[in-house]
Amino acid sequence: MMSKLFKIFSVNSLLVPLVAVVMGLIVGAIIMLIGGYDPLLAYGSLFKTVFGNVYDFGETIREITPLIMTGLAVAFAFRAGLFNIGAEGQYIVGMTAATAVGIKLSGLPIVVHALVAIIAGGLAGGIWAGITGYLKAKRGVNEVIISIMLNWTALYFSNYIVRNFLLEKGQQRSEEIKDTASISIGWLSTAFDNARMHWGTIIAILAAVFFFIYMWKSKQGYELRAVGHNGHAAQYAGMSVKKNIVKAMFISGVFAGLGGAFQVLGVFHYQAIFTGSPGIGFDGIAVALIGLNHPFGILLSASLFGILTYGSAGMSFGAEVPPEIIRIVIGSIIFFIAAQGIVRWVLKPFYLKRKKEKVL
Amino acid sequence: MDWMTTIGQLINTTLVFSTALIFAALGGIFSERSGVINIGIEGFMTFGAFAAGVASFYAEDAGMGAASPYIGILAALVMGGIASLIHAVASITFKADQVISGVVINFLAAGSTLYMVKLLFEGAGETTLLKEGLAKVPIPLLSDIPIIGEGLFNNYITTYLAIILVLVVFYVLYKTSFGLRLRAVGEHPSAADTVGVKVLRMRYIGVIVSGVLAALGGATVTLTTTNTFSHNTISGQGFIAIAAMIFGKWNPLGAFGAAVFFGFSQAIGNYFQLFAWSKEIPQEFIYMLPYVLTVIVLVAAVGRSSAPASLGEPYDPGKR
Repeated sequence: MMSKLFKIFSVNSLLVPLVAVVMGLIVGAIIMLIGGYDPLLAYGSLFKTVFGNVYDFGETIREITPLIMTGLAVAFAFRAGLFNIGAEGQYIVGMTAATAVGIKLSGLPIVVHALVAIIAGGLAGGIWAGITGYLKAKRGVNEVIISIMLNWTALYFSNYIVRNFLLEKGQQRSEEIKDTASISIGWLSTAFDNARMHWGTIIAILAAVFFFIYMWKSKQGYELRAVGHNGHAAQYAGMSVKKNIVKAMFISGVFAGLGGAFQVLGVFHYQAIFTGSPGIGFDGIAVALIGLNHPFGILLSASLFGILTYGSAGMSFGAEVPPEIIRIVIGSIIFFIAAQGIVRWVLKPFYLKRKKEKVL
Repeated sequence: MDWMTTIGQLINTTLVFSTALIFAALGGIFSERSGVINIGIEGFMTFGAFAAGVASFYAEDAGMGAASPYIGILAALVMGGIASLIHAVASITFKADQVISGVVINFLAAGSTLYMVKLLFEGAGETTLLKEGLAKVPIPLLSDIPIIGEGLFNNYITTYLAIILVLVVFYVLYKTSFGLRLRAVGEHPSAADTVGVKVLRMRYIGVIVSGVLAALGGATVTLTTTNTFSHNTISGQGFIAIAAMIFGKWNPLGAFGAAVFFGFSQAIGNYFQLFAWSKEIPQEFIYMLPYVLTVIVLVAAVGRSSAPASLGEPYDPGKR
């Protein structure tokens, strides 16, 4: 077990992403220099924002949590050979289902109500993704195009539900959920200076562990990976490709839906009417890619993503750099991870040197 | 308002909404027919919309008047070409995963365009409103025909260009040796290589043309619809264009039909509001219409899509 764990975090698998992160930050620095900003001051104020006081540190953890969930969602589908660009929509319906249950159900005891709301969010996300999986499996329709359409459908459908059934009078948002449905952790929030801490973060970490065990320690996970790796071979070995496609999309959607549920039940306690897509699901694609589609890699990459995003607000205060620079940094990091050839090319001189030393 | 004008205007609005989608979908076809997935269309459109907004503003500022939107278009073409090199280098030369590389484009576009807008316009979130975007150009005589005249022949020059380009792209892809090579490289690159087609070069051309066309699509949004560039000038049109391309089975005529279909379902939402009974329908359902219709049509009619055979596979001559 330990040796396996070690292998995941072994030098070779970690080296490329690490170098990519450094190179991404350097690209960001160069662009800041061209724009006439001070990159050291900017990165300094980024990290000062995140680690400077307990409130902001807590809020950074709040920022990271949904990214873990959508990252896991995208990666889970990737492992089964599917591109779930629809995590965005699944996240949205997860939010709405949790909001509806949180507001409309009453009389349930404290933990039960929250659990029901969480499950409703997860199921909604799963079913939403399941539609895509089903249409892909049964009708052979491209999953990317269906997911894109369902993202927009989810956005407007959720707005419809909130506006017509859950609206707080005179506001562009739903009523507050019942206290019994909240998953906020009061004492922890107090400890973090009223940052919005909630149980969703713990569940997100458990979800990553579940992902790992399911995918690599269970027969079902083996089948999913086999289908993802080579559908024809899997079919020949007697596995049902169609069943596995639907299953993979469903579980993937559950992750994203849970992410949405946590956001409502733990952070906002209501759902606003969207004016545009929230983007957490799209960011999940980046998180999954930087985390190399591995659940533990995703915990790291979601943290990185969350730190950079939350800290970017501090950059514009501290160094007057437009926070959009962080999107460029993240884009560059993914670029260097994707085009590993470039990273290996950068690393080559170091490898050669090491080899020479060995020879001597 | 009489029904003839209404129908004429409906056709007209449909074409205005479709124009950007047509350009972008044609762009997607060039890239994917050469075997390179291009999910970065959204990003290329963003780059184009940005370049058009900024360059036209500076051209106006320099007193170029009615010529300034064309400077904007030119800038968009150049910007799209440069940005597409990122996708080309990563996915063709360095054999990166093409989907990932496309995602990178979308990230870089969203980040860098707003970064530059804030840099150039002193912290503002959008470019200064253009005094003049493109103007509608009625075609003499033809524009006097009832219904069709208003609908088809009283439109932006970019719309005429988009329709002409559909035919041009169709001709290039299916009637020229260049088109044959491009398609061959996307279907069976090693066979194409054997008969002397430069696979990597063809793919570079495919991706660059793709970026240029998608950027042109983005520019039309800025110059005909919004007259400014901000974070939501391009919000999803690129993905809709990808849908149109897949829907149209990677064929320019099919993609054109799909793009017009999307434009129509978007335009008709505006026209529903003219009728009294439309109050009964929640507005969200009208917004949802194009997307739900697409899903239904895809499931009912199209079924299995027929992508180029080698789509998504980097070409490695050493591999058998």
